[in-house]
Amino acid sequence: MNELTLVEAVRLALARALEDDPRVILLGEDIGVNGGVFRATDGLAARFGADRVRDTPLAETAIAGIAVGAAAHGLRPVAEIQFMGFLYPALDQLANHAARLRNRTRGRLSCPMVLRAPFGGGIHAPEHHSESFEAMLAHVPGLRVVVPSSPARAYGLLLAAIRDPDPVVFLEPKRLYRSVREEVADDGAALPLDRALILSAGDDVTLVTWGAMVQEAREAVERMATEGVLVDLIDLCSLKPIDRATIRRSVAKTGRCVVLHEAPLTAGLGAEIAADLAEHCLTDLLAPIRRVAPPDVVIPYPRLEDQYMPTAGQVVGAIREVMEFS
Amino acid sequence: MARFDFGPVRVLDQAGNVETTLPGFARDREALARHYRAMVLTRQFDTKAVALQRTGRLGTFASSLGQEAVSVGVASAMRDQDVFLPSFREHGGQLWRGVTLKELFLFWGGDERGNDFSGHRMDFPACIPVATQFPQAAGVALAMQAQGTGGVAVPVGGDGATSKGDFYEAMNIAGAWALPVVFVISNNQWAISVPLAAQTRAVAISDKAMAAGIPGGRVDGNDVIAVRAMMERALERARSGGGATLIEAVTYRLGDHTTADDSKRYRNEAEVSAHWKAEPLVRLRAHLVQEHGWTKEEEETLQRSCREDVETAAEAYLATGLQPPRAIIDHLFESVPEDLAQRFGEAGYE
Ligand SMILES: Cc1ncc(C[n+]2csc(CCOP(=O)(O)OP(=O)(O)O)c2C)c(N)n1
Ligand SMILES: [Mg+2]
Repeated sequence: MNELTLVEAVRLALARALEDDPRVILLGEDIGVNGGVFRATDGLAARFGADRVRDTPLAETAIAGIAVGAAAHGLRPVAEIQFMGFLYPALDQLANHAARLRNRTRGRLSCPMVLRAPFGGGIHAPEHHSESFEAMLAHVPGLRVVVPSSPARAYGLLLAAIRDPDPVVFLEPKRLYRSVREEVADDGAALPLDRALILSAGDDVTLVTWGAMVQEAREAVERMATEGVLVDLIDLCSLKPIDRATIRRSVAKTGRCVVLHEAPLTAGLGAEIAADLAEHCLTDLLAPIRRVAPPDVVIPYPRLEDQYMPTAGQVVGAIREVMEFS
Repeated sequence: MARFDFGPVRVLDQAGNVETTLPGFARDREALARHYRAMVLTRQFDTKAVALQRTGRLGTFASSLGQEAVSVGVASAMRDQDVFLPSFREHGGQLWRGVTLKELFLFWGGDERGNDFSGHRMDFPACIPVATQFPQAAGVALAMQAQGTGGVAVPVGGDGATSKGDFYEAMNIAGAWALPVVFVISNNQWAISVPLAAQTRAVAISDKAMAAGIPGGRVDGNDVIAVRAMMERALERARSGGGATLIEAVTYRLGDHTTADDSKRYRNEAEVSAHWKAEPLVRLRAHLVQEHGWTKEEEETLQRSCREDVETAAEAYLATGLQPPRAIIDHLFESVPEDLAQRFGEAGYE
C-alpha cells in the first residue's frame, strides 16, 4: 500500500475530489503551476487545468468572498489561505456570510465551501506564519472546523469537508506535513465530520488534543504506560461541533482529564471542554481538569519558539498531577 | 484609459425633456409606464415602511427615497439568468426582480423568511456588511462562467462602499479574470454622516475602475432611462465575454440614512431641498405627460393601485405569525448537528 505524508494525503484527497465532482474547483495564491507553497496542489493544475486549479490575485478577502459566491451558485470551491496568519481578512466573509447564508435565507441559498489553511508552529517559520487561532473560528456559529492529525485522517476528513453541504474550515497542522507517514488508501472514503477518534484506550486518565499536538500526546501516553498509567487518548478531529459525547463517556470511565493545545490558554478550546465536563461529569471527576497550553502570549520568533510549544514532558507532568490528586 | 462614459450621462433633463437620443425601450409607452410604476411602488413601500417603523411595527429601516431610479433601472436591464447582489437600499431592484412587498416587509420586520423570497431564487438577500457583496459577486460570476449560463452578476453598493478593500479586490479579480460582473455604485453622496468629499479625493467614483483596468461609466442616477441604457451596454459587454464594468450612478439620499438616523445633525435642509428638484419620479412623470399624454386619471389610478398593493402586503406581513422557536437552529446547517440539537434542548428552549 501507499505510505504518504500528510501533505501528500491532502493532495490525494483534492485530486480525488476534482476527479469525482466537476463542481469542485481549487482557488488560492500560488496553487497553480507552483503547486502551493507547501506543494499541497502540486501537479493538480497540470492534471485538471488552470480553470479548476486557479491561481488568484493576492487578496484573502476576495478569495473567501469568491468562494462564498461560487458556492452559493453551484460550485464546490476549495480555497487555500497560504498561512493561517493571513486568514484574518477572510474572517469577515466566513463569519458574516459563509456561516450565515443558509440560515438567513432559510435554506434557499447555501455555502458548500472549504477554506484550507496550514496552521500551528514548530517549524521555525517567520513571524505571522505559526499561528493557531482555531478557537476564534470554532466560536462562529454555522462554521465547521476540522483538524486532521495524520495522513489517513487528512484524506478522509478533507473529502468529508468537500462533500459537506455547509462551510468547513480545514486546518492542516503544517508541522506534520512531512514528518509523519502513514498508509492511505485512495478509496474515496470520507470520515465522519463530527466524531472524535480514540487513538489509544486506557482507564486511568483522558487526554484530549488535536492536530500536531497528537505527537506530543502520543509520546506522553507511552511514557505514562511505563509508569503503569493507561491513557484514553482522544483526537478531537472536529473542533466544531465538538464530539462531547465521546469525551464525556471517556471521563465517566477515567474520572480524570487533561486537555492539550498549542493555542494560547484563555478562551482556548480547552476551556470549552473543561466547562462541558464540569457541567456534565462533575460527579465522575476525581481530580481537577488540567489544561496544558501556552500562556497568553504572541508566539515567539523562531529562536524562542520552543519555549512556547507545549512538550510531552509538560503533558506527563499534568497527567501525574491529576493521578496524584486523589 | 477606459472611461466607459463620463458625464454623468443622461437622457432626460430635470424637466423630463429628451436631451440626447432615446434608447429603443424608452420609446415604448408601456415600458416607460412599467418603470414609472416600479419607482412609485418603491416609494410607497418606503413611506409605509417608515410609518410602520415609527409606530413600532417594523425594525430599523433604510429608506431609498430619491434613489429609486438607480435600483429600478439596474434591475430592469437584467435578465433572468443574471444574479442581483443588492445592498440594503435596493428595494426597487428587489421588487423588480420578483421579491414581494410582503417579503421585503418581513425582512425589515426582522424575519428571515423575507430572504427566502419569490422571483429570482439565485439572487442574494440584501447585504448588510458594507462592500462584502462585491467579492461574492465575483464568485457568482466565476460559477456562471464555469457553468456557461451566460449570466452576469450585478452587485450594488454605495459610495462609502468604494472606500473598502473588498471593492478593489473584487474589481481587480473581475478584471484579471474577465468575469461577467457589472459593479454598480449608487452614489447618494453620503455614507451616514460622511459626505463624498470626505470619503475620497477621487473626482469620480467611476475612475476607480482604472485601477482594475476595467471601464468605468458615470450616469445620472435620477434618470431611469439613462441608468437602464448604460446597464444594458455593460451587461452586453459582460455577456459577450468582454469582462467587468463599473457603473457609478449619481443620485442623492433625500431621507435619513435609516430610521435610526437624524440627518439634521450633519447636513442642512437647503442642500436637501435643492436635490428634491432633481428627484427621479417627477422627471419621468413629466416626460410621460409631455411625450405620451399621461393623464391625471392614469396617474391617480397608478398611485392608488400601488398604495393598495402596499397596504395589502403590510397587512399580510403584520398577520404573519412567528417562526417556531426551533427555527433558530433548523437552518444553520443542512442537517442539525447532534451537538447543537442537544444544546438547544438543554438550554431550556424546548
Ligand atoms: C463594513 C461595515 N461598516 C460599517 C457599517 C455601518 N454602516 C451601515 S451603512 C453605512 C454607510 C454606507 O454608506 P454607502 O456605502 O455610501 O451606502 P448608503 O448607506 O449611502 O446607501 C455604514 C457606515 C456596515 N454596515 N458595514
Ligand atoms: Mg452613500
